[in-house]
Amino acid sequence: MADLNEELLQYIDKNNSLDTLEYANARNLDHQKVIGAIKSLQTNEGLLKSEQKSTKSFVLNDEAQHIAKHGSHEAVIFNLIPDTGILQSELMSLNANAKLGFSKAMANGWIQLDKKNADGPKVAKKVAKINDQVKDILEKIQNLNLSDVNDKSIQDLKKRKLISEVTINSIFVSKGDKFTTKLEKPEKELTAEMLLGDAWKTKKFKEYNLDALGTVPDGGHLHPLQKVRTEIRKIFLEMGFTEMPTNNYIENSFWNFDALFQPQQHPARDAHDTFFISDPSVSTTFPMDYLERVKQTHMNGGGYGSQGYKYDWKIEEAQKNILRTHTTAVSARMLYKLAQSEVFKPTKYFSIDKVFRNETLDATHLAEFHQIEGVIADYDLTLGDLIGVLYEFFSKLGMTELRFKPAYNPYTEPSMEIFAFHKGLNKWVEIGNSGVFRPEMLEPMNLPKNVSVIAWGLSLERPTMIKYGINNIRDLVGHKVNLKMVYDNPICRISK
Amino acid sequence: MPTISVNRDILFANIGQKFTDSEFDNLCFEFGIELDDVVVEKVNNKDQTVYKIEIPANRYDLLCVEGLGRALSIFLQKTTPPNFQLFKPSDDKIHKMTVLPNTSPVRPFVVAAILRNVNFSQQNYDSFIDLQDKLHQNLCRKRTLVAIGTHDLDTLKGPFRYDAQRPADLKFRPLNQTAEVNGVELMELYKESHLKSYLPIIKDKEFYPIIFDSNNVVLSLPPIINGDHSKITLSTKNVLIECTGTDLHKCEIVLDTMVTMFSEYCASKFEIEAVEVTHVDGSKHIYPKLCERFEVIETKTVNKKIGIQIDDSKMAQLLARMGLEAQLVEPNRIKVRIPPTRSDILHACDIVEDVAIGYGFNNIGKTIPKTNCFSNENHSKNCFQLNSDIVLNYSNIAEACDFHLGNIRGFELNKLTDLLRLELAQCGYTEALTFTLCSREDVADKLGKKIEDIPAVHISNPKTLDFQVARTSLLPGLLKTIACSRNMPLPLKIFEVSDVILNDKEAEVGARNERRLAVLSYNKQAGFEIVHGVLDKIMQSLEVPWKTGYELKHTEDPTFMPGRCAAVYAYGKVIGTVGVLHPDVIHNFELNLPCCALEINIEPFL
Repeated sequence: MADLNEELLQYIDKNNSLDTLEYANARNLDHQKVIGAIKSLQTNEGLLKSEQKSTKSFVLNDEAQHIAKHGSHEAVIFNLIPDTGILQSELMSLNANAKLGFSKAMANGWIQLDKKNADGPKVAKKVAKINDQVKDILEKIQNLNLSDVNDKSIQDLKKRKLISEVTINSIFVSKGDKFTTKLEKPEKELTAEMLLGDAWKTKKFKEYNLDALGTVPDGGHLHPLQKVRTEIRKIFLEMGFTEMPTNNYIENSFWNFDALFQPQQHPARDAHDTFFISDPSVSTTFPMDYLERVKQTHMNGGGYGSQGYKYDWKIEEAQKNILRTHTTAVSARMLYKLAQSEVFKPTKYFSIDKVFRNETLDATHLAEFHQIEGVIADYDLTLGDLIGVLYEFFSKLGMTELRFKPAYNPYTEPSMEIFAFHKGLNKWVEIGNSGVFRPEMLEPMNLPKNVSVIAWGLSLERPTMIKYGINNIRDLVGHKVNLKMVYDNPICRISK
Repeated sequence: MPTISVNRDILFANIGQKFTDSEFDNLCFEFGIELDDVVVEKVNNKDQTVYKIEIPANRYDLLCVEGLGRALSIFLQKTTPPNFQLFKPSDDKIHKMTVLPNTSPVRPFVVAAILRNVNFSQQNYDSFIDLQDKLHQNLCRKRTLVAIGTHDLDTLKGPFRYDAQRPADLKFRPLNQTAEVNGVELMELYKESHLKSYLPIIKDKEFYPIIFDSNNVVLSLPPIINGDHSKITLSTKNVLIECTGTDLHKCEIVLDTMVTMFSEYCASKFEIEAVEVTHVDGSKHIYPKLCERFEVIETKTVNKKIGIQIDDSKMAQLLARMGLEAQLVEPNRIKVRIPPTRSDILHACDIVEDVAIGYGFNNIGKTIPKTNCFSNENHSKNCFQLNSDIVLNYSNIAEACDFHLGNIRGFELNKLTDLLRLELAQCGYTEALTFTLCSREDVADKLGKKIEDIPAVHISNPKTLDFQVARTSLLPGLLKTIACSRNMPLPLKIFEVSDVILNDKEAEVGARNERRLAVLSYNKQAGFEIVHGVLDKIMQSLEVPWKTGYELKHTEDPTFMPGRCAAVYAYGKVIGTVGVLHPDVIHNFELNLPCCALEINIEPFL
């Protein structure tokens, strides 16, 4: 290729111009090769001037190529006839195209037929010499010497379907302003060697193809759900919340349900909703005085101004180990500990960790998911405070329009479902739950009577799915996710 | 949350107002119920618009169109709460029911009431049946706690007795059946029917509960089915409602709910006739209880809890909208009547919520709590020097995560985890997020181990094999992740820093989490040194020196290829393993290229 480039430049230097088609024919080269070489030369700015040309030409079909090589069928027949003549039947058996050749030769008046010959019709030459024009013309067309071929012959050949017309695109090139025969090969990259001395100053550099992507960097990637978790964790820290230790997935029913004033016949405590543990099946360590107060509260209100649920509370139910169904079990433990300190200290807690539900699985529900929870304990907190904090929290997540719906939850009263207006979906979507913890939950812990605890919770997966437009939770978490999704995931700017 | 289906036009008629779907949706939102769906159903060849409405799980009074319409009508101040009248006939006239001792081990309680001169139509009859069904599914916990039976009183003759008999000894004709059966045949008869889920409640009991009248006619065999003899029809006038169960309080609530909803159709509206029940201990009780009580609230306190400023009369008015009649006793003190329909109100805080709903959650001004806290990502103590005696003791780790009296500590384990996750990503590894629950096979057989040898926590009620145990290693999840991404360009390098769960008798609940760091490299050749290099990087990040801090020692582990595995020691104690996975393990996870893995416990480095 490099040699061809050089040859072409030499030719142009000598002849001032070059037609790729002519050049290819003259040198018996593949025309496309010549065009390719010219195109590569064209990448040198100012080297060549060029114009596109298109030439009409003809190609010979298989039969025509045969004729150009061996002569027309009529010439072949003529040459097969000995000077003494030949029987027509014998002549016909000598060549595959004999019949066609015979009639053409007759029409041309090259041969004659003696039908009265005793042994059968006999063919003899009528002229001594013939001029095989068809072969000549086809040869000329094949060699692209179209100038001596008249239009009538071409029409004839087209009619006989020996040739067909084609358009050949070629390039006509002449010298450009910066024409030179001494072409320097452009450098692909700046190298360390070029920087030694001034070599880089005289080098030409290959132009970049800016339509192609770059090389993918070799890096690791963080998981999108974890990225969102990190951002939400930062939001809580910004707001002065301290993270609770949630690394206890196995919990007993006491802390998960009873401490939260969730009655023992509550449907959430069914095997349909909760994973129970067969080994280790029960817990045996409880703060017994607190447990007794919880028991009394369930049964008769425990003297905290409540009716209680009026049933026979059983410790066996409370002992049952489970996979925790919410991180509120941890909040209960933390609030209990908070209540044991000599002086109550206002507190803001948060957690983001896994919880487990023995639910029916679908596109948005898995048996395990991450729960986000925020808790504030202070004297005389109001429902207005809860609403205010929720606005602050969710506006940091990019949700500024909120609505609250009354809801039921065994351990909060009032309870509010949180809805946010989603601009992309153009509708209100439920994003979480919130409420004020019930006195029946807090007072048995021995928290001061006028301490209120407000709290809210939401899943980590749902806002992440909404944010990244993921419809099936299995495309986000678990081993079945496509690692490419993790590789290609953008940085998390949570409020956008 | 139960969802009820109600005929829209009947609901609107009961409320006394018509709405567009979106107006009604807004009303639901404000009131705290949810319009789930609007469907058109063909009933008797006529199109009817049906609303599917989600009801809070503690509002049994909203489970039928009668109660829901009534509550919304009161909320919109179109009507006031009904006054239920209990009619108690004289001692010789009152219907009596006696509980016999045999019932005690199986289903000890019964309560009953009578509705007189009920005007049934197809519509309210259907609603009557529906409400029983909804109560059975929710409050009655699928008939385990309470079961309702309703009867045409005119076909029966009191006094009634609630007894329990051996299955083979009893005999009666169940509802809509042609032949009499005994208890054993009954179980057989219904074993494939819609009642089959209720059969186990009594199936293996020695005695089956059964209610008779004075002519030994069987009213019902709770909690399975009523008798055919006393069945209710559209022409029934006088209805006996009995509720049997294992929870007397819930029996009372269910009975109260039934009679408060359907006494609306009695000739003497909202009047209920009492039944006297003699319990096993001989005590006599009048039912229904129609539990009504009063709670006194202070306007200022309620205002303070909500964060609003309204006066006594406004508060009383809001309570009235919620169906709670409120009477001003003196300034700042309001006496609130809690009607028998509102068993959900257990405490004054429930009244506070009703005031807030009446006021409108979305009308409450938002405020910022004054709570001033400094957040803390770390322990308040300085991180202690790594020292094998202190650090590698699990009970200390538990304590480290603990709350320290009067001194709030952050959850440093998560902070450390996040820092290490960044290091691993910077090393070119991609984070996987796998499930905590898995099959026994995943943590045992597939890793070349026996389940008996693994300190796994076992789940007693998994719905599928995927939830048999909690993982004891992060490796199965990582291997499954690779198996699902085999089509990605090599090498595949992934990590996870997350918890495993270990069965541990020393722990408070008998099990504990342990934070692990695991790395897996999947490529055409194993490259032990590549994963080893990650360990070195992590240790360097944690300022743990090579040899004097951590080191590797040859070990054998069935998960790893013999001779290609090392135990990771930190300050003399094993914290994990690094090596080339055993070819059998690779195949067990449907992989076909070499895998190198590292898994260590990071809790010692807190």
